[in-house]
Amino acid sequence: MADENRKIAFICSKGNLDMAYPALIMGWAALGNGLDVTIFFTFWGLDMITKARVDHLEIAPVANTSMKMSMMGVNTGNLGIPNIMGVLPGMTAFATSLMHKKMEALEVPPVREYLQMLVDAGAKLYACKMTVDMNGLKKEDFIDGVLDIVTAADFIDMTEGAQVLFI
Amino acid sequence: MATRDIAGKTVQVNEEGFMTNPAEWTKEIAVELAKEEGIPELTPPHWKIVEFCRQSAKDSGKAPTLRSITNGAGVSTKDLFQLFPKGPAKKVARISGLGKPEGCV
Repeated sequence: MADENRKIAFICSKGNLDMAYPALIMGWAALGNGLDVTIFFTFWGLDMITKARVDHLEIAPVANTSMKMSMMGVNTGNLGIPNIMGVLPGMTAFATSLMHKKMEALEVPPVREYLQMLVDAGAKLYACKMTVDMNGLKKEDFIDGVLDIVTAADFIDMTEGAQVLFI
Repeated sequence: MATRDIAGKTVQVNEEGFMTNPAEWTKEIAVELAKEEGIPELTPPHWKIVEFCRQSAKDSGKAPTLRSITNGAGVSTKDLFQLFPKGPAKKVARISGLGKPEGCV
């Protein structure tokens, strides 16, 4: 099948819980279809592979215009979560736990477990050298599946012929 | 709906070559489809997965996702990808005489 010769690469630049999932879900689908998968973590995306951070990714309701009151079970149609409410202590934790519950209901694994699935299925994970240096991180700060810390030029070299998605 | 002959039987298939009637599936067909997918021989671990998928589809009406296979059949992700290399999602479903898995995980 043609899929077997396809290569796909994701650049994960965000550390919010909701932005962690797109590459995981699409990467898993790509592996299931036989594609070669590479994921490059940069800037806040490093949180996804940092041992101390991966289990604590969050989603904040402040300035998130897509988060509606109705998501909290209040039947108010298109009414958004007011930013003034979003700044209250505990609101980020609340939104995060809500998202965890919704994901769990769909049997979507937590980020750490999802990454392990991808690694076991053959995905190659790399951390971005510049942002690793910027954050004072080291290879041992990352989860086991991370192969190396590489430069942007290395990433460009290793994704020759790949479809690249920036998230 | 197209048909094709596999292992001495005429079965219905869709445009991607997936069987559309799971009741027409036989083990002999699975062996032939596996060869087409580059798996020369179906070993007991292969059969364990195929049989789980058949049962799961019988119960739920749809082909299981990869994660439901690893969880349900008790096989690791690594083993699943080794047994059905280069795209287990489609390969397992096709060999099991089922449609493509519905669901993203």
